[in-house]
Amino acid sequence: MNFKLKIWRQKNAKAKGGMVSYDVTGISPDSSFFEMLDTLNQQLITSGSDPVAFDHDCREGICGTCSLYINGRPHGPVKGVTTCQLHMRSFRDGETIHIEPWRARAFPVIRDLIVDRSAFDRIIQAGGYISVNSGGVPDANTLPVPKHDADSAFDAATCIGCGACVASCSNAAAMLFIGAKVSHLAQLPQGRVEASKRVQSMVARMDELGFGSCSNTYACEAECPKSISVVNISRMNREFLHAKLFSEKEKIIRESL
Amino acid sequence: MLFSSIARKTLMALAGLFLVTFLCVHLGINLMLLRDDGGETFTSAARFMGTNPFIRTTEIVLFSGFLVHIFFGLWVSVQNRAARVKSYVIGNRSETSLLSKYMFHTGIVVLIFLALHFIDFYFIKIGLVAPPAGIEAHDFYHRTLLLFSSPIYSAFYIVSFLFLGFHLNHAFQSAFQTLGLNHTRYMGAVRFIGSAYSVFITAGFSLVPLYIYFFK
Repeated sequence: MNFKLKIWRQKNAKAKGGMVSYDVTGISPDSSFFEMLDTLNQQLITSGSDPVAFDHDCREGICGTCSLYINGRPHGPVKGVTTCQLHMRSFRDGETIHIEPWRARAFPVIRDLIVDRSAFDRIIQAGGYISVNSGGVPDANTLPVPKHDADSAFDAATCIGCGACVASCSNAAAMLFIGAKVSHLAQLPQGRVEASKRVQSMVARMDELGFGSCSNTYACEAECPKSISVVNISRMNREFLHAKLFSEKEKIIRESL
Repeated sequence: MLFSSIARKTLMALAGLFLVTFLCVHLGINLMLLRDDGGETFTSAARFMGTNPFIRTTEIVLFSGFLVHIFFGLWVSVQNRAARVKSYVIGNRSETSLLSKYMFHTGIVVLIFLALHFIDFYFIKIGLVAPPAGIEAHDFYHRTLLLFSSPIYSAFYIVSFLFLGFHLNHAFQSAFQTLGLNHTRYMGAVRFIGSAYSVFITAGFSLVPLYIYFFK
């Protein structure tokens, strides 16, 4: 298969950047999107130019490192997959493919298609954890968890933190990400203890970092490679309002920020 | 708390839901125009709304509702736009519900309508704007007939309500989602009620100019 690529090239964080056209030929329909980009980079290296920089790691859809905004959609045209799990058979032969980095104020471009997603790490640092030392393994059934809660928490926990929700959102909001993290922990007994503090800290950090706020278009759910539901955003709102209205005021929240 | 993103959205949602109930009351009075009694029912209803102390008090709450919804709507929209400094070369093609991305735009159309509506009626009533010749400041019935005798105004009015319908269709379920009220047991019903209500409001308000244009 042959493709015409239009790729965002930007030398460094400060450079202006722009779309550059490339042609790739003889691509197997079974090759992955990254194998296609590897082929392009091999051509570029052979011809003495700079290869296109893009994030990738496990290439099996579980690490959350890959990004790429392909033809107007994060992770490309196939639902429920990351870019590394996307194959060239999902495109038409001869198609023009536009490849851009994630765009959000909180995700600045570092080079070409790579953005700095450490804003997500800072949100996790604000409260996306359980701060107790785990002792020995308790006896089974000493901590009963309803099946539905366990399933729902696990669904939320499948978030790999890739940032596709922010990239697809018309407001560059990170609410699906935080909703998933809040829901994952708040539905289990170990996470419940710090739930009200957690949601307040994480939302405050999200606001500080310059993400937008949700206007419920649900583009995030449509583009999430793990198909995480927007029900988690609603649960986060519920947890947040409940914490603000009913929980004991904790000084720690402001101090920790 | 008031300055967190979720708190702003919550206030906007609550004010919005309050305005939704107001629309129904306003529509009820408008539909009295359809009664062929020379505007008697409509005028007495308008007089009741203009003099009853309970309604007069609620009016203050209503104006506050408008201000809160508009103020927070604009604030959230400005911040949301600031959250993406550089836009994409290829605009977003994610599958989302129709017009859900255009709440700001449909809201602005409704806001322009609201401003004109205020000038056309409320400002005349309180004496800020002089009423047109031959119509008294409190005579909303003949004022309405005069406005709707113009096909251009009637078309503008109906188009405004179409935009309000688009706005409401997304807004109703969106408000529930924002308030944390999303549950498989009732979310389907909320979506249905929101859509049905938006059709009802648009059709109801549009009925008056159409009736006056074709039958008066």
